[in-house]
Amino acid sequence: MNKISLIIQREYLTRVKKKTFVIMTILGPILFAAIVIAPAWLASMEDKDLKHIAVVDKSQMFVNQLPETDYIKFEYIDENKYEQLKKNFKETEYYAVLYITHLVANTPNSVILYSDKQPNIGVKSHISNAIEKNIEQSKLAQHNIDKNILKSVRTDISIRTIQWTEEGKEKESSTELAMVVGYIGGFLIYFFIFLFGAQVMRGVIEEKTNRIVEIIISSARPFQLMTGKIIGIGLVGLTQFALWVVLTFIIITGVKSVFAPGMGTPKANEVAVESIMNSQQGNSQDISSDMLPSGAKDATSELTENAEIKQMLGALKDVNLGLMIGSFIFFFLGGYLLYGSLFAAIGAAVDNETDTQQFMFPITIPLILAIIVMVNAIQNPMSPIAFWFSIIPFTSPVVMMVRLPFGVPEWQMALSMGLLILTFLGTTWLSGKIYRTGILMYGKKVNYKELWKWIRYKT
Amino acid sequence: MEYLKAREVNKKFINQYALHNVNLTVPENSIYGLLGPNGAGKTTLIRIINRITAPDEGDILLKGRKIKMEDVFRIGYLPEERGLYKKMKVGEQSMYLAQLKGMKKRDAQEKLKYWFEKFEIQPWWNKKVEELSKGMQQKIQFITTIIHEPELLIFDEPFSGFDPINANLLKKEVLKLKEKGATIIFSTHNMESVEELCDHITLINRANNILEGPIDHIKQQYKSNIYEIEFNGNPEKLKQSLNAHYEVLEEKQKNGNKAVRIKLLHETNENELLSLIIPAVEVLSFKEIIPSMNDVFIKVVNEHKNQDHE
Repeated sequence: MNKISLIIQREYLTRVKKKTFVIMTILGPILFAAIVIAPAWLASMEDKDLKHIAVVDKSQMFVNQLPETDYIKFEYIDENKYEQLKKNFKETEYYAVLYITHLVANTPNSVILYSDKQPNIGVKSHISNAIEKNIEQSKLAQHNIDKNILKSVRTDISIRTIQWTEEGKEKESSTELAMVVGYIGGFLIYFFIFLFGAQVMRGVIEEKTNRIVEIIISSARPFQLMTGKIIGIGLVGLTQFALWVVLTFIIITGVKSVFAPGMGTPKANEVAVESIMNSQQGNSQDISSDMLPSGAKDATSELTENAEIKQMLGALKDVNLGLMIGSFIFFFLGGYLLYGSLFAAIGAAVDNETDTQQFMFPITIPLILAIIVMVNAIQNPMSPIAFWFSIIPFTSPVVMMVRLPFGVPEWQMALSMGLLILTFLGTTWLSGKIYRTGILMYGKKVNYKELWKWIRYKT
Repeated sequence: MEYLKAREVNKKFINQYALHNVNLTVPENSIYGLLGPNGAGKTTLIRIINRITAPDEGDILLKGRKIKMEDVFRIGYLPEERGLYKKMKVGEQSMYLAQLKGMKKRDAQEKLKYWFEKFEIQPWWNKKVEELSKGMQQKIQFITTIIHEPELLIFDEPFSGFDPINANLLKKEVLKLKEKGATIIFSTHNMESVEELCDHITLINRANNILEGPIDHIKQQYKSNIYEIEFNGNPEKLKQSLNAHYEVLEEKQKNGNKAVRIKLLHETNENELLSLIIPAVEVLSFKEIIPSMNDVFIKVVNEHKNQDHE
């Protein structure tokens, strides 16, 4: 026991003291924070270059009609000038030329924006919004529909989702939020298993090629050495995770309080989550609505937007963060121990890293399968495929993390966890046998038949 | 008193014996040489003693009872293929290995300090292993092998890669360890160090141990009745004085004197030889040629090879 703790200590300390660990620890949160903050920051940032756009309007519907902003100005020119512009566009000061054909009311592809560069999305959506709106209004007028009638007709429904707990209480929930939390959890586990599993493998190969293993083996059992290494590196993983969580939170809070001091610190995190949502859906609507003069913004949609955010923030308070982090730690450890021992066995079986390919393949398959199922499970967390893959131990750590925010029956959790524990005990036992023989075997091309023989060796 | 005993040890690797009915007895507080050509099975035997591999048949007895895993942790083992963690600092690594052998942190620190000073490698304590030369690394490996003062020490080719000065330093330490009561098994091809250090040897060739015993006995056993005589006088006269029971192997100069090597064939002895040559020449010295371990090694291994071929 004392020896295992010594080995764990060594494995842990040498890795935590490494420069790469320190760099990863600092870089990770900066990256995460960037992912969270960047979309919000970009959205808030206005394009401040003054752009003159020449408009050739053959339909004559939009002359002096297009709304201008502080930075987008329109100049209406006639067609003769257009030909001239085409020839010496570079010398003019125009940012782009907008060409509207006379068929614009009925043909979607009848608006063209000419430029010598790719016009930015803000400009594009500003123009298309303006034209759409304009056509919409003229069509309304054609059919004699009053604007006010339309306004009262237009309805915006946002669905609140409320879960009933077993005690019959109501719990505000947000599908979108559950998706994000699940996705992050599942992906992080997948990433950690690969990252730290590979470290186990590399550690074993290092010991083998360095020939230090024979020295260690005369003072500790191979199984102690293997489990010590796996546990030590697992703790490195947990440390990294904990540091990431703390640092990411600090950075986001710090940045938010600098850029948007109005928002209280506790809210910062919530806003951050919301901004991920926006970036994920990636709809240009959000950006364009920012660019429109605030008066042009539809009051109703603003209302519903606020309601959605409010609802999501409410839901966030109800996401059981303790349960999520606790489950993350359990499933990370379970999955890591399961795969880590297999990685250790591979490391012991080969002489150098290039020989690992043939054995890596069958280990990679279930993990990749888990990622594929994860995408499916986010859409439909209760589907049979999501259910089965969250029970099967080789994929359950990733898939269960995705299902978890949507609520998983206790018996399924218990079954999945129990199977995971049993399986990692099994793979550790099996890997221990391969490891024991493998670490002292040099210069031999090992295949599956050979591995099977090692497993059956008596002690 | 016997300390360690191997009884009918057999080990097969894919239809080929690595060890075949190997028996040997290591007396307590002796230095026991494990000799043999490359690939003879020495390292396999050592690994079996260390319980790194298990024998197919036979067993290893330590002080008369079967060896256990707990015993193994009290053995100091310096493998032939040895390494250190390259990225770890020398001091940290030595501490780790010492503690892994069951030493308390404070003891380990004290002992390591003593040995590092003795081997004059104190300044390397905070250096990374990869910055050290191979010889340096071997010194550290030697220290970490003996640091916990085990009763039984096993060295596999301990002197390979050392310059003569450091090899001597190590030899002295090995002898001191024996004085302190340790039993030492060491495997080598270096016959010179065998003669300097070993009390007993066993010679393993192609999975069989073909020779075992105290080194003096073995040398006696393999001497071939050759005598070297330094003399003053006429070599021809000396040769004429000999009869058919003797054969002159070579004539040479030694220490500025004439010398001959004469082999006694049979039905004669050294006294008769002396009585024959004393009248002929002035005898300055007369001594029997005892074979070196090198000679014994080559002779025995070749004989064994010939036996197989017949």
